[in-house]
Amino acid sequence: MYRYDDFDREYVSARVAEFRGQVERRISGSLTEAEFLPLRLRNGLYLQLHAYMYRIAIPYGTLSSRKLRQLAMIADRWDRGYGHITTRTNIQFNWPKLRDVPDMMQALADVEMHSIQTSGNCVRNVTADHLAGATPEEVEDPRPTAELLRQWSTDHPEFNWLPRKFKIGVTAAPHDRAATKTHDIGLIMRRDETGAVGYEVSIGGGLGRTPLVAKVVREFLPKADLLPYIEAILEVYNLAGRRDNKHKARLKILVHETGLDTLRERIEAAFAVRKAAFLGVSPALLAEIEAAFAPPAFEALPTAGFERAYAADPGFRSWVDTNVEAHRRDDYAIATISLKPLGGTPGDITSDQMRLVADLAESYAHDELRTTHEQNLVLPHLPKAHLPTVYAALKGAKLATANAGLVSDIIACPGMDYCSLATARSIPVAQGIAETFADLDRQRDIGPLKIKISGCINACGHHHVGHIGILGLDRAGVENYQITLGGDATETAAIGDKMGPGFAYDEIVPAVERIIEAYLDLRLEPGETFLEAYRRLGAEPFKAALYQAEARSNAA
Amino acid sequence: MARKFQPQMATGNDLLEGDVVYFTSDGEWSREIGDAALAVNPEAAQELLARASAFPNRVVGVYLVESDIDDCGRAAPAHFREVFRTRGPSNYPQHGRQAERS
Repeated sequence: MYRYDDFDREYVSARVAEFRGQVERRISGSLTEAEFLPLRLRNGLYLQLHAYMYRIAIPYGTLSSRKLRQLAMIADRWDRGYGHITTRTNIQFNWPKLRDVPDMMQALADVEMHSIQTSGNCVRNVTADHLAGATPEEVEDPRPTAELLRQWSTDHPEFNWLPRKFKIGVTAAPHDRAATKTHDIGLIMRRDETGAVGYEVSIGGGLGRTPLVAKVVREFLPKADLLPYIEAILEVYNLAGRRDNKHKARLKILVHETGLDTLRERIEAAFAVRKAAFLGVSPALLAEIEAAFAPPAFEALPTAGFERAYAADPGFRSWVDTNVEAHRRDDYAIATISLKPLGGTPGDITSDQMRLVADLAESYAHDELRTTHEQNLVLPHLPKAHLPTVYAALKGAKLATANAGLVSDIIACPGMDYCSLATARSIPVAQGIAETFADLDRQRDIGPLKIKISGCINACGHHHVGHIGILGLDRAGVENYQITLGGDATETAAIGDKMGPGFAYDEIVPAVERIIEAYLDLRLEPGETFLEAYRRLGAEPFKAALYQAEARSNAA
Repeated sequence: MARKFQPQMATGNDLLEGDVVYFTSDGEWSREIGDAALAVNPEAAQELLARASAFPNRVVGVYLVESDIDDCGRAAPAHFREVFRTRGPSNYPQHGRQAERS
């Protein structure tokens, strides 16, 4: 894992001291709210519906047991004993008091964490494939790239006041789990014909009010050119991005309005200038970053115990089948810890659960953990030999729900239960759907299905790229939910198709059930997934299922 | 015909705690929505907002919002967002104002 060097430590400590002073000046009244607002946002502190909310960066979703235990301590000492994993792989606390936030920040700095640039019009937390370093699919671990970008973008003097927020996602696997095509910049690591590793660079992806899939601006960028090329993109965006209208300020709008080819010419021109002046990343620094992500010291442990448990225990078997994936080593596995238990809140984890997971990671899984944009946790390096023990411990803490990738593994933003921007609730809709499909056998029969729910047009719940997307709106003072179908966040990224009129709060769960029942009737065979069936059939039969039943009930 | 004026109240969040607060008729801030002062015409609403905005170091994000009136003549939330603000998150009844009432 990447360790702070003296520079990082001093920088983060200085930021804690600076923010402590800013909070004191705000409380004393020498800073107005208008002055304080951008400062607190820069440090991840929002004022939400019922309380402040403090968002903490988890760079590329990577955590150690020490960090997770500290988050548990922070949750207990200054918050309400739980945290919420976000769709940008960060963690949020929902109940901090203004006076306590500098102390929380200091507690984070003590374990090499911070909340810098988790809000504001700057480069946000760089996200990566949550199976990085563990999946057999990847060209190489994408996290050194993510870490390099984190260091480069932190307080970058030129790019600290962009037209709007800026998100970068990186993966090195052909199966895109990092939703790179929904980012301002999406990087996919690949090899060219000579075998050299570089990046396919896409720009202008994003969800929100105007959902757009990123477009490839450079098919292959040599690794050494990464920083000058990214700087060139940001330079062009910083100068040409719109500042007159917040809703048109993201890079995606610039790409859309200017055209990819014109923008590419400008980027390449800026790149030529930057590259000529670029001295290169210090080889020592690069080596240090890469060493920090070296694979753990894998141990060869016998897997016979795992195989016996798999044959004997149906609960364990079903969890392994659903939540465990192939690791780059045969005797290891990657385990998803579902934060979507029946009746739970997607992405929420209590401090007790954090400590348990930290203990398991430390004792059995090379002390490494990941947060995922799908609001779950992952043990990326778990010897198969330890799977039965880990499963038993997780089960005792309600963390062994065997639903990864299934209908109840729902992404939901905090919605109007917490968020001041929300126009409707998200969490209870997710809970209602999970309740309807509570039977895990039924969930497995339905197969892979990604439901994503946002409580407003800003789309933190990624509804546009859900196989079934749900958007909560306020229609004349009543919650109303719009459905999109056929969205996809992976390498075959697509924005979902909008169905017809929305559904009331008490109608949305039955509407989703009708879509799924229609899919079960329409699929060619159980192996045809919802998304495949939708792509084959188009929207019409699903629209029919959504609205004909309604028409019948209205006529009755 | 002009739409009938819906009474309005002034609300915001406490600077230190972040709690939802309402501006009262005696010029104070209360955590009870029933204590909120009601403005019954547009001029009174603007005056209410001006008075409520005079506490920049105590209450932030002050805004006017339409209010219902309950059977006792007290302010009550009209819009569902304001209903949620009087309660807290629906996923955790033990958190927010709802916890104090149960």
